Amino acid sequence: MQEISDRALRLGVPFSVQLDLTYRCNEQCVHCYLDHDDHGEMTTVEIKHLLKEMAEAGVFILTLSGGEIFMRKDFFEILEYARSLTFCIKLKTNAVLIRETQAARLRDLGVESIQISIYSHRPEVHDAITKVPGSLRRSVNAIRFLRAQGLKVVVANVLMTENMQDYHGVRALADEIDAKYTLDPTITPKMDGDRSILDLNAGESALRRLFRDEAFVGNADKFCAPPPVPDEDSMKALPCSAGHTACYVSPYGEFYPCVQFPLSCGNVRQQRFIDIWRNSEQLKEVRSIRLRDLSNCSQCAHGSTCTRCPGLAFMEGNMRGPSTADCEKSFARTGIPSANLLAKKQNASIPRLVQIQLVPAITGSRLSGMGAPQVM
Amino acid sequence: MSKKLYVARSPRIAARMLGEEMLVMSGQGSTLFTLNPTATILWQAADGTTPLDEIVERRICSEFEVKPDEALRDAEALAEDLAKHGILLISEQPILERPIASTPLLQEQPQR
Repeated sequence: MQEISDRALRLGVPFSVQLDLTYRCNEQCVHCYLDHDDHGEMTTVEIKHLLKEMAEAGVFILTLSGGEIFMRKDFFEILEYARSLTFCIKLKTNAVLIRETQAARLRDLGVESIQISIYSHRPEVHDAITKVPGSLRRSVNAIRFLRAQGLKVVVANVLMTENMQDYHGVRALADEIDAKYTLDPTITPKMDGDRSILDLNAGESALRRLFRDEAFVGNADKFCAPPPVPDEDSMKALPCSAGHTACYVSPYGEFYPCVQFPLSCGNVRQQRFIDIWRNSEQLKEVRSIRLRDLSNCSQCAHGSTCTRCPGLAFMEGNMRGPSTADCEKSFARTGIPSANLLAKKQNASIPRLVQIQLVPAITGSRLSGMGAPQVM
Repeated sequence: MSKKLYVARSPRIAARMLGEEMLVMSGQGSTLFTLNPTATILWQAADGTTPLDEIVERRICSEFEVKPDEALRDAEALAEDLAKHGILLISEQPILERPIASTPLLQEQPQR
């Protein structure tokens, strides 16, 4: 697949697209980054037209996600049309609305895989995260229906403070129901920039335990080894596929480099998909960025192995800056602080305008009438 | 005289042209194949109703300098290989179930 991706990159083809059909959802997960109200979703006709444009642009892998995709009454109509255009379809869903009938239809339509979020093997934990009683039972039943049809199911286990103890149990559950398992220990900010849900992120000690757990990482010493010194090749490397061979379209037609990278590049309701892909100034800027251009990260010991997410960096305020969540993961993994964490620590240790506190007398004289001093 | 063979694209595969090659992902085990130009022509022409010998004569012999008998033998072998991987359906009767990628283009266009 890497060879194919490389070829797509050389040809400038948007090989893989995530299209969120809706932000509406029948679960209300505590860590969700979306606003679930409908602010004007694309209609069935608009989505079909977009799919046609995507197929003509060369999109091969189409991930349909949300929100909850089955909240759209036209979901199967959209899926059937997408398959008629021979996309390789991956679905992301909580599966609460999938029964035998839906599972059989997904099989008939040749869906490649279905990723289903499971937070815990314990109903009291999973259902507390989704805020829907009975949701674990329904999602697990759905996985059984899908597996009975021979469909590939991936259990996606997002980790946070609430379920950090349960990943062994979720993996055992996935094994029992013959599903694949994937784990993600990163909670991301809301699309509107609200960072309050980041408090749910598992702490450093929990991450360190996870990264030393050989049932998940293989050889822990190898996984947690200090990173090699970044070489010239890693300095020239692309940060990730966002905007290079992949992109994201929201239910409202907004075109972003990635679902985690809310830099608007255009809207498919106003412009053709391929025109945005080829001509967006924002995408051109994203494509121009290499590790060597990043102020902090180009000097960082983790440069060659870091999983830095440019979208998370963007949400921190600078797409050429560090993604602190990834710095923290690199630190938890290796014990070596990133250049960004070192800089933050250094800044934190610098006394903040303490001279103002030390010389209160001048506050009333030389600083009078200049407003209160700003503590940065 | 051998019986006519009909070939149709499997409805359970995904496919897209990438540069000069056709990418095909089989529904069987998510295996990804790349088809060479000859196989791509055969796959694109596999509508279930045109006999394989006609596809070879019209689409392959006209494109490549190859004798019809030899081209048909190669095409039959290729079709059987693709069928083993779930990419093509082969039958001695026309395959009337409409293959994928034959949905008419949208008639209704959204307003920009």
